[in-house]
Amino acid sequence: MVQHLKDRRYLATHEWVKLDGEEAVAGISDYAQHELSDVVYVELPEVGDSFAQGDTMATVESVKAASDVYMPMSGEILEVNKALEDSPQLVNEDPFGQGWFIRFRPSAPQEYDALLDAEAYEKLCQEEAEKGG
Amino acid sequence: MSYIPNTETDRAAMLQKIGVESVDELFRDIPQALRYPDLRLPQPASELEVLRELAEISEYNLDLAHFPCFLGAGAYRHFVPSIVGHIIGRSEFYTAYTPYQPEISQGTLQTIFEYQSMICALTGMDVSNASHYDGATALAEAVLMAVSVGRGKRRKVVISAGVHPEYREVIRTYTQGMELTIAGEELAPLDATALAKLVDANTACVIVQNPSFLGYMCGLPALRTLAEATHTAGALLVVSADPISLGLFAPPAEYGADITCGEGQALGGGLNFGGPYLGYFACKQAYVHKMAGRIIGQTVDRQGRLGLVLTLSAREQHIRREKATSNICSNEALMALAAAVYLGALGKNGLRKVAELCYHKAHYAARELSAIPSFTLLSDQTFFKEFALKCPAPVDEINDYLLEEWNIIGGYDLGRDYPDLEDTMLLCVTEMNTKEEIDTLVEALRSMEESL
Repeated sequence: MVQHLKDRRYLATHEWVKLDGEEAVAGISDYAQHELSDVVYVELPEVGDSFAQGDTMATVESVKAASDVYMPMSGEILEVNKALEDSPQLVNEDPFGQGWFIRFRPSAPQEYDALLDAEAYEKLCQEEAEKGG
Repeated sequence: MSYIPNTETDRAAMLQKIGVESVDELFRDIPQALRYPDLRLPQPASELEVLRELAEISEYNLDLAHFPCFLGAGAYRHFVPSIVGHIIGRSEFYTAYTPYQPEISQGTLQTIFEYQSMICALTGMDVSNASHYDGATALAEAVLMAVSVGRGKRRKVVISAGVHPEYREVIRTYTQGMELTIAGEELAPLDATALAKLVDANTACVIVQNPSFLGYMCGLPALRTLAEATHTAGALLVVSADPISLGLFAPPAEYGADITCGEGQALGGGLNFGGPYLGYFACKQAYVHKMAGRIIGQTVDRQGRLGLVLTLSAREQHIRREKATSNICSNEALMALAAAVYLGALGKNGLRKVAELCYHKAHYAARELSAIPSFTLLSDQTFFKEFALKCPAPVDEINDYLLEEWNIIGGYDLGRDYPDLEDTMLLCVTEMNTKEEIDTLVEALRSMEESL
């Protein structure tokens, strides 16, 4: 059963972002990891890099595809999940927890409000699934 | 006798389908005068006559079985055991292109896997790809890879003038439009310390050739210092190495190389009027996701049976497309197979023996040649199978003399690429050169020197 946690928001491109005070954490959704199947490699940005909302900030490779991962909100990278270097399967096992990608400092916090909430995102996933992904 | 398989009726049907009256009408746009030009061909000849004529023409070529050769400079004459030709000539290998439905070609994948394993053993690197076209393109791929590892932010490539001049040209061609800065070529070809000073936070990689184009080995302490400076700056150390030299000298992994690549022609490829060649390419595990080309991996199926697969193919053009480090995913499979058979036939001890023979014969030649008045060695540094000899006359003149008077193919004119090295000849001696050949060369140059 694909999960859609309510404590965070989503992009139509299947990233999630969760606010944590002045900072935020982001990764890819449970639906996304499920569609990708076994993740074999994640290329993460460098600490100190800045991105605008929608920029490519990472690449995720699974046994069947290589996909870009987009920045959910503009900001500067504070930390990347080094555990993914040796254990990319964390993205499959725990996409909302240990499989996080980046911690960053949002430069335009208001961008969060325009993102999809869990309900809207779930609806989008259902529509995609019906269309055959 | 007609070789066109379709009948008059077939042709009529095709013409009718496309709405044309006749075949002539199809060619209406080509001017009459050009349709059946007079080719001025000679009278037809029988197969026997043609073979005789071609044999006659081919005799104008110099044949290395009859002419001693001291020319190297990137293409080397080494003994090729007969088994290499026999194995690569088998139709299963000889006719097969890179497998597009790879897993069905287990035999082909196994040869590539074994080739990769041997390249790793030889270089000390963790992972090898299935090969590139030649040493020059392999080195250019190393540059692209280093830029990619630096996430495109590092835009400087430090390259030693000891790298083959043609490889440096290919790197320029490959990277044109990428706005990279290439530095280091103005330095002395053997100066690793000066090279290290050019490395900064903008440097993607440092490239050295060992042995250098001039044949000399860079000392291990200097290389280790260079590796340290390179890694401290966050750049990669790329080493282009003659694989035969690795039978005798330390593998690049031992002095900190991140990527080792080079020309593999010496491994069973022979000299074939310019090709085909073989670019071998290997790197550390940490960078495997940025490596171009394909990699064959070994695994087991559900029943535990051994199987070979294309692995990490998300790196490749066919999945990653515009995100791939390179658009090259072809490999030089037949020559990689030749290299694998060559290395397998020689074994560890055989390869060392070949390298030792090259080393000792080259040193014998260097000693004898430099004993001739007015011929001196460019450097007293350690060398492998090539060395630079300062001559009392232009290299072209000496080569003409050697060829015309002594039937000897001389060395490479280093003045072509290094303005400072006018009248300096790069000579190559391998296990194929007999002592008699070397003595004849010495005698020839001695007599030339006396007549000056």
